[in-house]
Amino acid sequence: MERTVTTQAAVKKSSSIAQVRYVCAMGASHTVSAIPGAIPIVHCGPGCADKQFINVAFYNGFQGGGYGGGAVVPSTNFSEKEVVFGGAERLHELIESSLKILNADLFVVLTGCIPDIVGDNVPAVVGEFQKQGIPIVAAETGGFHGNNFIGHETVMQAIIDQYVGDYSDPKEQGTVNVFSLIPYQNTFWRGDLAELKRILKGIGLKVNILFGSGCAGVREWKEIPKAQFNLVASPWLGISTAKYLEEKYNQPFLHLPTIPIGAKETSAFLRRVGDFAGLKKNRVEKFIQDEEDAYYRYLEDFSDFYAEYWWGLPATFATVGDSAYNLALSRFLVNQLGLIPAKQIITDNPPEQYREFIRNEYRHLATDVSAKAEFEEDGYVINEKLRHTDFGHKPPIIFGTTWERDLAKELKGSVIEVGFPASYEVVLNRSYIGYRGALSLLEKIFTTVVSSSA
Amino acid sequence: MSSVNLKSPEVVIREIRLGSITGFQGNAENLVKKSHSGTLEDAPRSFSQCTGCSSGQAFCQLCMIPDAAVINHAPIGCMGDANGFNFVYRVGQMERRLPASSGRYFSSNIGESDTIFGGTETLRNAIQTVFERVYPHAIFVTTSCASGITGDDVESVTNEMTEKLKIPVVACFCEGFKSKIWTTGFDSAYHAIVRGIVKPPKQKTNRVNIINFWGSHIFDSLLHRLGYEPQYVVAFSTIGELEHISEAAASIQVCQTLGTYLGAALEQVYGVPEIKTSPGYGIAGTDEWLRELGTVLDRRDEVEKIIAEGHERVLPELVKWRERFKGKTAFVTAGAAHGHALIAVLRELGFEVKGAAIFHHDPVYDNGCAQADMLARDVKDYGDIQNFNVCNKQAFELVNLLRRTKPDIFIARHGGMTVWGAKLGIPTLLIGDEQLSFGYDGILRYAERIAETLDNTEFVTNLAKHSTMPYTKWWLEQDPYAFLGGDMIVESY
Repeated sequence: MERTVTTQAAVKKSSSIAQVRYVCAMGASHTVSAIPGAIPIVHCGPGCADKQFINVAFYNGFQGGGYGGGAVVPSTNFSEKEVVFGGAERLHELIESSLKILNADLFVVLTGCIPDIVGDNVPAVVGEFQKQGIPIVAAETGGFHGNNFIGHETVMQAIIDQYVGDYSDPKEQGTVNVFSLIPYQNTFWRGDLAELKRILKGIGLKVNILFGSGCAGVREWKEIPKAQFNLVASPWLGISTAKYLEEKYNQPFLHLPTIPIGAKETSAFLRRVGDFAGLKKNRVEKFIQDEEDAYYRYLEDFSDFYAEYWWGLPATFATVGDSAYNLALSRFLVNQLGLIPAKQIITDNPPEQYREFIRNEYRHLATDVSAKAEFEEDGYVINEKLRHTDFGHKPPIIFGTTWERDLAKELKGSVIEVGFPASYEVVLNRSYIGYRGALSLLEKIFTTVVSSSA
Repeated sequence: MSSVNLKSPEVVIREIRLGSITGFQGNAENLVKKSHSGTLEDAPRSFSQCTGCSSGQAFCQLCMIPDAAVINHAPIGCMGDANGFNFVYRVGQMERRLPASSGRYFSSNIGESDTIFGGTETLRNAIQTVFERVYPHAIFVTTSCASGITGDDVESVTNEMTEKLKIPVVACFCEGFKSKIWTTGFDSAYHAIVRGIVKPPKQKTNRVNIINFWGSHIFDSLLHRLGYEPQYVVAFSTIGELEHISEAAASIQVCQTLGTYLGAALEQVYGVPEIKTSPGYGIAGTDEWLRELGTVLDRRDEVEKIIAEGHERVLPELVKWRERFKGKTAFVTAGAAHGHALIAVLRELGFEVKGAAIFHHDPVYDNGCAQADMLARDVKDYGDIQNFNVCNKQAFELVNLLRRTKPDIFIARHGGMTVWGAKLGIPTLLIGDEQLSFGYDGILRYAERIAETLDNTEFVTNLAKHSTMPYTKWWLEQDPYAFLGGDMIVESY
């Protein structure tokens, strides 16, 4: 039924989007439920929170609602009446009852499209509770403002501004706040943040990881201002928050655009963090040495397969995903597996000001390998781009989402689902980053390749 | 009986059309009495958790038409449900041995400027683009809270594009805030299909419409034996097939919560008789349903044979199951009519149903027929049900009720709710195939699944020892309906 467009030039850009790869700013309710002990309250239509939960947290690795997400989330469920008369009173009542019914160390009120269009004064409603010393903040996240990546930063900054508050006492040397992957939207965030914390701790840092089971909850967020510095480990997400913290708490930040995968990248990453933090070199090197020893023993064992598997391994790859995972995977696959980048499509709609920087990262993937980063969110165009990519003679491997499954079949290649939506992955604590995650990633890649031979 | 008005672009919401409610506490018999005497009133809640919305339910029906495309005229988040439904759609393709393909779902992706200057141009472009890209046989445009509040004239755009593109481009009005009964979205989708796709009948056929979700094709052998052909609608019907559902000999409902509007619309507008008696769940329910089917299809004698054979085949097995489930208790959470159906099946199997959390209640369906009321049938055939809670996915009430009623099994039909049973250590069963428990054999099929669930308690028993609960101790000690109706309510929601 679908007519194939024969030349790439025929693909017209449109503002409409097929095969959604992110949700709206209010989807950052997941940013809240990723903080142990925090619960989002949504001030929006019925369906807004439920739809995003089912898709971001269920049909995406089947991650689940957690403690205070999913079906727990209190919602004003706007009806016609609040659309006409405003929903502030209803929100007030909902917050009051939420305080009685739910145990939370922090509530975050997120707005949807309706109150942002009709103009409810949400900060005023929430402010009344804040005056009573109740841990609650408000974030303006109406869907038309942007996607959940933007919402993620809005929510983080709202918590810092309204809950963490002012701080001017001395800093704690050797403590770092980490801003990296976006919870839930990134299918593997739980395992990845745990690995990130493990390796940073390993070189001697005290780590505020801020989300997931490795986070001490909102207590940890209160510690943010004391940290020596902020680490932004992603191409662009988190920079705005780090700049905000720089101004608010006079905290410097280190921006490392590549989330490290594999020993080579991870050791380099840790050395740069160690230098920036002024950590003792021998401690850093000792940890790296131990990790590399373990890593390379596994790799050596794997090399039998790598060298002798005679039914062919992929030579070229495409990455389709948010900029953080896309760049991290591309660098690992090029530098440590020697695969050839054929198509790199970034789908998280990064703000314009970061795009040239990101393009440049791809131009220098390795000393002798340059790739072109393309920004595209529309699944139709993404499909067409992949369809017309020259992958050479061997079947390609696509690092993408569920939406790429049929196309991978059409190209007689394989798909590894690494981003939203990853509906055919069940994920608990699997990680694809750092030292240990890289080994899981190798397992996943080559299990997929081997499976296709039967 | 509500009257179907195809001239109006929008369907009248269930609260007004049927008097439907989302809040009630008490016993089932009382709910039935109030429903049938026209004295049912909604009870509002001063605390509420996130619920479904009409746009999700409208999409649920439209997204499974293989040769159509759906455009959601909304900010991107409203199309967040695309991948979940795509998953269901692909499972359905596998079950039907169809080639795998992803659904053709699009978002017009309204941004800030569309909410200020209007989004009709954005929509027009989206329709044109979708047409050029996938050449669908029809395009459905579902609306959103944002497009509704900013006042986009979607109907004019779809009319204009229908003329331009020479395919049906049909508006489906399903703004979430308009109705708190999200199944209004089913009505919106059917209204769009009957208005925009279905053609007046040219001839009568021997087809029978089965208005269902995406369940198994259990009606094939029954209808073939009676000399009829099944037409499962809407999922996996093409636009060409939907055009002719007006020519069918009858329409079957598997769940009137789903199909009330479509069944009534086809009967009122095109004279397709609807099997109005409550669907065939439980022995007595199946007997009565089959007799009505035999009457409408003029196959009374054959149906009596089918009933006799069914009894002979199933009743001896049923005795064994009843023995096995003796003394066991259950709690049910599900959408309205299907929840009532599950209650019938459970009680047929000898379970005591200790309570239910049912997402809404329609006191009457669009056909106005009292015999259509499955809950009334439950009460008549098996007696009253205590702790009957009408509750639109309010997990806080459910958890409180589950802790009190402590059932041996928790039966659910929708996601998001099921997990609470497991967290409390209660064996939990969720079945997505609404047809599984239909008819005589359905009772046995269901019994097997229940037995499997009851036999495997290891996971939930262990989980319960280690699971966390966001609800306060205070709340778990309160009356489960403390936030429903009563003095604590300031306003009606």
